[in-house]
Amino acid sequence: MTSRRVFMKSGAAAMLSLGFAPGFLARAAAASDGRKRLLIAVFQRGAMDGLNMLVPFGEADYYRLRPSIGIARPGGDNGAVDLDGFFGLHPRMAPLKPLWDNGMLAAIHACGSPDTTRSHFDAQDYMESATPGVKSTRDGWLNRYLQATNSTTALQGVAVTRQTPRTMQGRAATLSFPGVDDFAVRDTMGSAHALEDSYTRTADALLSTSAKEAFEAMNILQKATAGSYQPANGADYPRSPFGRALQEIARIAKANVGLEVAFAESSGWDTHVNQGSDNGQLAGRLDDLARSLEALTRDLGDRMADTVILTMSEFGRAASQNGNGGTDHGHGNAMMLIGGPIKGGHVYGKWPGLRPEQRFDGRDLAVTTDFRDVFAELVTTHLGAPVAALPRIIPGFTPGKPIGLFRTL
Amino acid sequence: MTQRGILATMLMVGAVLTGSALVAAMPAGAVPKDREAIEHALNRLAYGARPGDVEHLEEIGLSTWIEQQLHPDGIDDSALRARLPEQPERPAQFTDQMEMRRWGRQSVQALSAEKVVRAVYSERQLEEQLVDFWFNHFNVFAGKGRTSEWIADYERHAIRPHVFGKFRDLLGATAKSPAMLFYLDNWLSADPAAAERQQELQRQRAARLGTPPNPQQQQAQARRRGLNENYGRELLELHTLGVDGGYTQQDIIEVARAFTGWTIAPANQQAANQPLRPNARRRQATVGRGAVQEGDFRFTPALHDSGEKIVLGHKIKSGGGISDGEEVLDIVSRHPATAHHIAFELAQRFVSDEPPPALVERAAKKFRDTDGDLREVVKTIVTSDEFFAARGAKVKTPLEFLASALRTTGRELPGDGRQLLAALQQMGMPLYMCQPPTGYDDTAETWVSAGALVARMNIAQRLAGPQKAATIGGPEFQRR
Repeated sequence: MTSRRVFMKSGAAAMLSLGFAPGFLARAAAASDGRKRLLIAVFQRGAMDGLNMLVPFGEADYYRLRPSIGIARPGGDNGAVDLDGFFGLHPRMAPLKPLWDNGMLAAIHACGSPDTTRSHFDAQDYMESATPGVKSTRDGWLNRYLQATNSTTALQGVAVTRQTPRTMQGRAATLSFPGVDDFAVRDTMGSAHALEDSYTRTADALLSTSAKEAFEAMNILQKATAGSYQPANGADYPRSPFGRALQEIARIAKANVGLEVAFAESSGWDTHVNQGSDNGQLAGRLDDLARSLEALTRDLGDRMADTVILTMSEFGRAASQNGNGGTDHGHGNAMMLIGGPIKGGHVYGKWPGLRPEQRFDGRDLAVTTDFRDVFAELVTTHLGAPVAALPRIIPGFTPGKPIGLFRTL
Repeated sequence: MTQRGILATMLMVGAVLTGSALVAAMPAGAVPKDREAIEHALNRLAYGARPGDVEHLEEIGLSTWIEQQLHPDGIDDSALRARLPEQPERPAQFTDQMEMRRWGRQSVQALSAEKVVRAVYSERQLEEQLVDFWFNHFNVFAGKGRTSEWIADYERHAIRPHVFGKFRDLLGATAKSPAMLFYLDNWLSADPAAAERQQELQRQRAARLGTPPNPQQQQAQARRRGLNENYGRELLELHTLGVDGGYTQQDIIEVARAFTGWTIAPANQQAANQPLRPNARRRQATVGRGAVQEGDFRFTPALHDSGEKIVLGHKIKSGGGISDGEEVLDIVSRHPATAHHIAFELAQRFVSDEPPPALVERAAKKFRDTDGDLREVVKTIVTSDEFFAARGAKVKTPLEFLASALRTTGRELPGDGRQLLAALQQMGMPLYMCQPPTGYDDTAETWVSAGALVARMNIAQRLAGPQKAATIGGPEFQRR
């Protein structure tokens, strides 16, 4: 199937379910009746190649640097999906184009960290703790958001991952599980009840508090998600780990149990060798990403009015391809924002250019937007944290001028 | 949630207060003999009691047992050795990167299984507790690049032999371990001018021999553009003085300069794509003028900044080589802030999350008086009144929970230990996979969360069956 056909097909279908005007979004948001605004954070682990996800096809140097892996200009069968005459989406990201046309998808290019490390682990750590260069930070920025806003239930922060990601670690109660059905105490011969009982009776305040949170969250979730889950509006999630994780997030969001921040991760982005172009390794990853995100927005339907999905990756990849048809670790990268509150249809950030003197260290896309400016705007404008709480949520950071990512209703 | 913090603190205070009332009746400094004290000691200095352990300790006396544990060489541990899973041999050479990575993964898995088996079955329980403590103190993360290749070697040769030795020796062994050099990037750290010097040397050599320059080496050198402060910072902040130890950013830079040239021996110096050398050579050899090699550790003078350095007020004269780094290790290991930092952490591990300041000060004084004799420092802590007064004040880590559940039931370990690794992962403690250099936090709040408790309850059912599940999965068993 060519990318153009993918685009036509999904474009037509998307118009039906997502073809609502911003005015409708405003009404839906107003009608949400105290419902929490939702942030879904997606981490692309391994350093996603932002220059091939959000292609600067208007930049001549792009094609000089990437003779065999560059994505062709729009127009041909396998060219980029034109967004604004300069940037385009990778052809396999076409399922997201209707969201751009509806003004719900925005991107920020040349975004990243002030720290110049090219170590995956350090850079992920810095992005998840939101303290670049400071390794001793113990908690993650989303957990600190929950701390700063005095979250009351563990259901406000859920990571659909096996282990609590760094982003969500910290003192505020959160939940991490690979799926709703995994979050249950096994009950062999009534042992679950005996266990619950032992925690109810104990004088050990710390343990009984957490156990109470666990049993409460379990009961609420099990009741609210009873039965098998059926995605709405014909949403068709890929049968991939990432697709399944996003489906679980939709399931919890729609259960109305107070979910405020959710987290999912996607892997396989470290494309040092044979990353391919419009087809191949990276194309496969982007296909999974785009189809999963498209399914999530479709499934959430009206809920997208007060939901923002944020994609991020620890750093970008070198501007030029390497000797193995891949790309090595770089610096600046692209983030995407999807949702009703987003002032979409625009690529934000100052484009630094790809000429040698414009590159960072002469080799990488430079960083012109600190990723913490994006986080800061999300937690204040979208999630509604008081500006005064920012130093707690993103310590050691003074936000610059707001990027202006959000609609003003 | 500050509420949790307050609750935790109240509970600690409660435990310590009831304890002190008990202790007041005993002569200060004497090791109590009662059954509760024995159970407490087994929970803290060992991974919990096995059936019969309490009776055995009643018979030989608790203070005798503690002395034995402090001198593990005298304890017969042949039964453990028979149980240890086979460790993969490091191949003499790797054919490619993939094979190297595969070996790293296998090695970490085998080491993880061995750690569980040791925790459950070793008779040298305090040694196992301390190996866990010191590995965590000098944490390296198996998931970062090539760290996994050296991680088994790191635990066996840098950590384990020194846990009852001198702190300076332990510190020195970690500083030279390829695992640490890789994990905290010191292998890439170079005097910017020296890096250029070395590149020039290599160009000359290549021209002389008429061979093209080694692309891998060129790549490594391109990354080695200058000073990397990562190790210098963590050495001061985490390994020795502690975050409030009174050092400055300039001290970090000076320390980093002293360690330039402390690197990992290159896979092969002669040609590209040569197989890697085996790790077996541990003897010290001199490789070129001023160069030093110990195992896979290499001091490369050409990368070293030999200018004068001032570290924490001490002058290190210009013209030094590997001795610059050794001098830094001497200075920081004998700094009073280090004595306090290490004493605090050991007391936090063995006594309570907020250990009594008087005990920390006594242990720090012992550290200073004995030039960092770790056996003496540990002894000061684990025979103190404060130690015996802190029953139940700590929450078990997932490893302690798992090992103590197996020990208390007396059940055979299912399989060879590997089958339990997923359980540790579910409880949030994948072995050797703690990413930050801080290691796992050793306080109750880290380990008590809704998700973690659900995991513990399910694992209790799996390990102990429905009858005992409520006990092992219940609140009392989560404490030690």
